[in-house]
Amino acid sequence: MKILAPVSIETRRLMPRAWDVLAVLIVFGAVVLLAEASRELLGPLTVKTANAIALDPSHLPHYAFRTALRMLAAMAFSLLFTLTYATWAAKSRRAEMLLVPLLDILQSVPILGFISVTVVFFLSLAPGRVLGAEIAAVFAIFTSQAWNMAFSFYQSLRTVPAELTEAGKTFGLSGWTRFWRIEAPFGMPQLVWNMMMSMSGGWFFVTLSEAISVGPTTVSLPGIGSYIATAIAAKDLAAIAWAILAMLVVIIIFDQLLFRPLVAWADRFRIDSEPGDEEPESWALTMYRRSRVFDALTHPFSRLMHWSWTLKAPAGRPHVASETERRSRTGDIIWYGLVTLIGAWVTWRLVRFVGVSFRWPDLLDAGLRGMATMLRVMVLIALASVIWTPIGVYVGLRPKLTRVIQPVAQFLAAFPANLVFPVAVVLIVHWNLNPDIWLSPLMVLGTQWYILFNVIAGASALPRELKDAAANFQVKGWLWWKTVALPAVMPYYVTGAITASGGSWNAAIVAEVVSWGNKSLHAYGLGAYIADATTAGDFKRIVIGVCTMCIFVVVVNRLFWRPLYWYAERKFRLA
Amino acid sequence: MDTNVLLDVANVRRSFRRPGGDQLLVLDGVNLTLKEGEIVGLLGRSGSGKSTLLRLIAGLARPQGGTLSYLGTPIDGPARGIAMVFQSFALFPWLTVLENVQLGLEALGLPEKEIRTRAIEAIDLIGLDGYESAYPRELSGGMRQRVGFARALVVHPNILLMDEPFSALDVLTAENLRTDLIELWQQKKLPIKSILLVTHNIEEAVQMCDRALIFSSNPGRVTTEIRIDLAHPRDRADPKFEDCVDRIYVEMTSRRIERQRNLQPVGFIPDAPIHRSSTSALAGLIEALNAPPYHGKADLPDIASDLQLEVDELFPMTEAMQMLHLGEMEGGDVRLTPLGRHFAESENQTRKEIFQRTLIASVPFAAHIRKVLDERSSHTAPRRRFIDELEDKFTDDAADETLRAITSWGRYAELFSYDAESETFSLENPT
Repeated sequence: MKILAPVSIETRRLMPRAWDVLAVLIVFGAVVLLAEASRELLGPLTVKTANAIALDPSHLPHYAFRTALRMLAAMAFSLLFTLTYATWAAKSRRAEMLLVPLLDILQSVPILGFISVTVVFFLSLAPGRVLGAEIAAVFAIFTSQAWNMAFSFYQSLRTVPAELTEAGKTFGLSGWTRFWRIEAPFGMPQLVWNMMMSMSGGWFFVTLSEAISVGPTTVSLPGIGSYIATAIAAKDLAAIAWAILAMLVVIIIFDQLLFRPLVAWADRFRIDSEPGDEEPESWALTMYRRSRVFDALTHPFSRLMHWSWTLKAPAGRPHVASETERRSRTGDIIWYGLVTLIGAWVTWRLVRFVGVSFRWPDLLDAGLRGMATMLRVMVLIALASVIWTPIGVYVGLRPKLTRVIQPVAQFLAAFPANLVFPVAVVLIVHWNLNPDIWLSPLMVLGTQWYILFNVIAGASALPRELKDAAANFQVKGWLWWKTVALPAVMPYYVTGAITASGGSWNAAIVAEVVSWGNKSLHAYGLGAYIADATTAGDFKRIVIGVCTMCIFVVVVNRLFWRPLYWYAERKFRLA
Repeated sequence: MDTNVLLDVANVRRSFRRPGGDQLLVLDGVNLTLKEGEIVGLLGRSGSGKSTLLRLIAGLARPQGGTLSYLGTPIDGPARGIAMVFQSFALFPWLTVLENVQLGLEALGLPEKEIRTRAIEAIDLIGLDGYESAYPRELSGGMRQRVGFARALVVHPNILLMDEPFSALDVLTAENLRTDLIELWQQKKLPIKSILLVTHNIEEAVQMCDRALIFSSNPGRVTTEIRIDLAHPRDRADPKFEDCVDRIYVEMTSRRIERQRNLQPVGFIPDAPIHRSSTSALAGLIEALNAPPYHGKADLPDIASDLQLEVDELFPMTEAMQMLHLGEMEGGDVRLTPLGRHFAESENQTRKEIFQRTLIASVPFAAHIRKVLDERSSHTAPRRRFIDELEDKFTDDAADETLRAITSWGRYAELFSYDAESETFSLENPT
């Protein structure tokens, strides 16, 4: 199972279409709208939703539990979103045109910059203040998880073998039944894999969304994230160590009790498995399967689903919406009319925002800082590649070592790197280092592992016969790296590097401004720009920063990563 | 020592450590020599360790005992002068045909000009001219294997090792490539001194080799050597050719029968691992044997080619037939027992009853599973319960294979049912 590259890389077209432009407009419009709403609300709403966080480690299990609950809630919403949004995009030709480019832009929005905007918004919406903050946190995690999952599921739905669909139609299965019995199971292995990856990414955001200050509004929810924030403010290294330990335990529990069982379970839906492939195993799944309690819990649900499959679509209503859709012209007119209206309205709002808030120096500042951050991301990804590619190849060619290292790499990718930032800050302060340079490694601290474990996966996928052939013909040294190892891991490496680079942009927002007690370190960059705007509660600059970063990510993806990705896929993909 | 001996393998032993810690002996006491100017075939079932032996000779792995020497020096790594052709070609998909062929020469550090001339020479020899700049994925299977040959020949090896080089190709393409190769060999155009060919295709061995070495499994060792003194080009319809094929079949089956006779089960644990063979394939074979032109008795090579079965597929089935008393082996022939004929002439339900009776009577372990299920009040038992018993005696893999075989037969016979998800045996039919 591989990591999916972002939408803008998987689509083959280089030049943006009108739909891409519309997607940009809609997303930016939404950011502006939220920001404006939040700004209006912020005035009367100077509140502190700060629960006192106790640094005594005995409270950590409770905090960890709360953090885990938020993750689960967000995952549930992401799943719901995936099943509806992706299905809609895959089934309707019209919706697809807009929904897929929209996903592309959404994937590129720096969620951390966006959290501040949504927190205030949700705080004002929810009746109870704490609930509002909870919703905002869950929403932030949701935005970090949902897009990848939706895109993976959309791709699966698009590649359901025609014969399976046709078999379903021959048996007269309704669209609903076909979805649950054919399409959803087909997409399940990839979806489960992406859920796992999304969850990995999610830990980073949950810890950050629990403790947020936007201007005068301070939010701190009981959780590991706010525990860390409190520990940083109190300069308590021991508490940070405890929090790291708690996080470790939580991630391991999720892995063992949720994801391993899910992966093992979803394996049965794979139709491309080869006999030689190792079947994923999970002791927890075996336990669930044998336990009667679990059976009793799922039984009513499974009965309900089976019952729903017996329902026939009302007579006269066609099974396949997209077929009739193709024929109807009125539908087209309504759809395009609606899209044009939305586009026009959003453009008008954007123009108004720009007219009121647009200041050249701000924009120029954001652009220059974006360049600085881009330089950092590129240099660090290059450095990480130089370090981890040879190591990954070395590990991947040794199955025993791979079995040990691969889970560790996956775990490190899941571990929220921001938890160890304080350690780095202490060092930088102690040695009096230049923050412009030495804060940069923090950006790839959590994301470099994607490169490592993708390269490991690539090297271990190298067929034994190719390794044997190379050995038999005495290919060694640099010739071996040049003709065997590097080409073999190339497609895997590129996908890993894209994921790492995207994650690093996001991480810039927390990595370019860090603090320890009352000491604060700043680097020059777009991340610091957004972080500072958030602290100041300056919504205009937040919007400018978020949109600029989004554009940087999209443009870098399209102009740099996409050609590289397709070159690697074409030339180096094995069979 | 003979001066024209290229390769000498003496008393080689190789085992693998199973995850459980026990050793699986793959090769034991293997001896063979390869002389200049001959093609030697290594015949045996897959899993018998032929390919492992080839990897040892190529220096890709080390033996645990015995010696391998090439031109009198011990092999302790990939040796210059031994080149290999792989079953699934093992071409580098990101290199063109020319680059693939040049790879071995580049590794030798030859001057660029020589690399180029020699590569083009090899490409021309093997009939690939015009494809130099193509990528492997643009070529058909047959052409890809030609690249595999060119890549091996270009380094001018003394020994060419071939690991089932034609088995991934369709019948016509394989035949075409084989005849081309033999022709080049006969005309002495190949820059090699000797060929060692691993195969499980008996006719292929007879067509190409000067000697065929028969390899037994568990553990693998050379049991018999058969000389094939036919003039090239060899004609498959020639009675002498057929005679040769028959001899090899007899050789390969008689050893198996002997082994099985020696192994009468004591207690319910089988004495040797049971190989899986699907019940529907088994039923198909029995039906074919019962029908004309065989009328219950057939020559193994005949029925194998008739049903397009490889030795690998045929032997587990004839073994199962013998074990279940549905058929018997005689020399190179297989004959249905009265029970087998009855089975062939019955309807599906009756077949299942016959199968159930003979399964209980002849495979004590199947009866054992049923007995345990009958005795338990829940009428269910976990797989662990039985696999543990088998693992006491066999390696983990063999135990697994044996239990799978018995499970599949038991399911067909409706002796018990098995739920793969919860890994439990039960008496109920799944709802």
